[in-house]
Amino acid sequence: MLASERDQLKAEIIKMAKKHDQHRSGLIPVLQHVQNVSRHISPEAMQDIAEAFKIHPVEVQGVVSFYSFLSTEKKGKFIVRLCRTISCDMAGKEAVANQLENELDIEFGETTDDGMFTLEFTNCLGMCDQGPAMLVNEDIYAKVTPEKVADIIDSYRNRFGAHVTQGEHA
Amino acid sequence: MSKADKKLVIFSDIDVEKALKNALQKPRPDLISEVRESGLKGRGGAGFPTAVKWNLAASAQGDRKFVICNADEGEPGTFKDRVLLTDYAEQLVAGMVLAGYAVGAKEGIIYLRAEYTYLRKNLEATLEKMRGRKLLGKKISGKDFEFDIHIHMGSGAYICGEETALIESLEGHRGEPRNRPPFPVTVGYLGCPTSVNNVETFITALHIVEKGAKWFKTYGTEKSTGTKLFSVSGDCDKPGVYELPMGITIKKLLETVGGEDAKAVQVGGASGTCVPRKDFDRAIAYEDVSTGGSIIVFGPFRDMLEVAINFMEFFCDESCGQCTPCRLGTETLLEGLDMLDEGKCSLKYLRELCSLGETMQVASKCGLGQSAPNAFLSIVENFKSEILDSRCTCR
Ligand SMILES: Cc1cc2nc3c(=O)[nH]c(=O)nc-3n(C[C@H](O)[C@H](O)[C@H](O)COP(=O)(O)O)c2cc1C
Ligand code: SF4
Ligand code: FES
Repeated sequence: MLASERDQLKAEIIKMAKKHDQHRSGLIPVLQHVQNVSRHISPEAMQDIAEAFKIHPVEVQGVVSFYSFLSTEKKGKFIVRLCRTISCDMAGKEAVANQLENELDIEFGETTDDGMFTLEFTNCLGMCDQGPAMLVNEDIYAKVTPEKVADIIDSYRNRFGAHVTQGEHA
Repeated sequence: MSKADKKLVIFSDIDVEKALKNALQKPRPDLISEVRESGLKGRGGAGFPTAVKWNLAASAQGDRKFVICNADEGEPGTFKDRVLLTDYAEQLVAGMVLAGYAVGAKEGIIYLRAEYTYLRKNLEATLEKMRGRKLLGKKISGKDFEFDIHIHMGSGAYICGEETALIESLEGHRGEPRNRPPFPVTVGYLGCPTSVNNVETFITALHIVEKGAKWFKTYGTEKSTGTKLFSVSGDCDKPGVYELPMGITIKKLLETVGGEDAKAVQVGGASGTCVPRKDFDRAIAYEDVSTGGSIIVFGPFRDMLEVAINFMEFFCDESCGQCTPCRLGTETLLEGLDMLDEGKCSLKYLRELCSLGETMQVASKCGLGQSAPNAFLSIVENFKSEILDSRCTCR
């Protein structure tokens, strides 16, 4: 990360922490914001966040490691999360998983070299009556078939350059 | 989807504004009495009487109190809260205002799971609209009562649906369940008295207060009053959300959803029980087979061992790791299931695994570890011969 980018992020962190009176209840919203804008929470960011909340960086790290939507490793611009829980499993998630790996040329848990896509399994998405279900960032897809996978992926590829955020956690 | 097929209680018509205004005219104790009279129990799974919870929070000491909506819906096979959050958000907000009034809270929080971020925009718009109509915020419907709600996003952890873990998470910590007592009704969010309720509970309470406990009790059984939403998925013709009276038999439910040929039904999600065909006369109710609403249908050709493995993988993944019976127990049970899958598990070891499961049920700190072995135990008990026969390595 460029020094200026870090400074900017740090300023945002301080501002958000202030909004929460530096109270710890603001920690996760700040982490969600950082995850959204920089696609991971770097050691430097953790340091800045810890300072802003006057807690030890290890505390911050402990929280980050607990939640599956927060990560210390840099994720792709688009995180594809396929449900692997029972109803989607019975509805054919395995074939969808296979096709996702083919289209993206990576395995689950990996990120494409161009930093565009991360492929992950996730647990029940609350779409069990319309499985297999899948999230791409915050967009939900139901009744996904192997045939549809390529179109879905392409629709994100084509958004390259467009302004994309993962959500509005702020 | 079949949700609008029948309009019993939750899906019945209601004028939200009128209902809320009527409710706020009533003295607080009357409001809680009506809910008590209805026999409403929490719709999030644990089935704790709602009026008791509200009464405890109301009588707890504290200037600041909170009402929290548990919208973390993560139990495998459950999606009825998603439908409510999408199409019945106004009723949810009104139900929360009503609860705030009943317990004397000014602040409400909707804890929305990260996976449902796509619902947030609509929810925010609903909150804003309700503020505009003076049904939320200061001086609600002209009364000297204020209550506002904000949304807090989860970050992807099933355990945060457990109410004390949810509070830990709100306070900026790892979502690790707390020791109880104290219960959140006395020491909850930020140490203040807090009532945590499920989405469906708030909405049901709104209908009860408006239309009466007596009307509500025309549905259901003596111990499980009213109706409930069921999220139905798996091997059936018509999966979706259904509103059905409590006490309905599994057989009847299967007829409704087109799953008559099922060989087993998982009632209550991964934490629930697997009910085999021979027991389909059993009733879905707190006094018989209990559920937060998840119904997963297994057709005649399903491999029940694969089902058990999928559930146990879920628990291994989602255990917060705080206590040993759960952390190691889920792993050991999963290894056992893998051994069964390879046809390499002795019956002696299988018995040991079952007794480990029983230990977990009593020794785990929270509901996750206590219920993680349920599916394992019921599947092993009911499908042992199927499992052993299909994995025999001696043929
Ligand atoms: C592991 C675990 C997960 C839970 N997940 C949820 C959930 O997603 N939604 C929910 O309303 N209750 C969930 N609960 C139950 C809550 O702890 C709590 O009992 C409930 O929110 C209370 O609301 P109610 O009385 O209206 O049901 C869960 C409990 C456990 C042990
Ligand atoms: S039972 Fe499992 S989820 Fe619950 S506190 Fe123990 S380790 Fe955590
Ligand atoms: S099992 Fe996949 S969405 Fe519920």
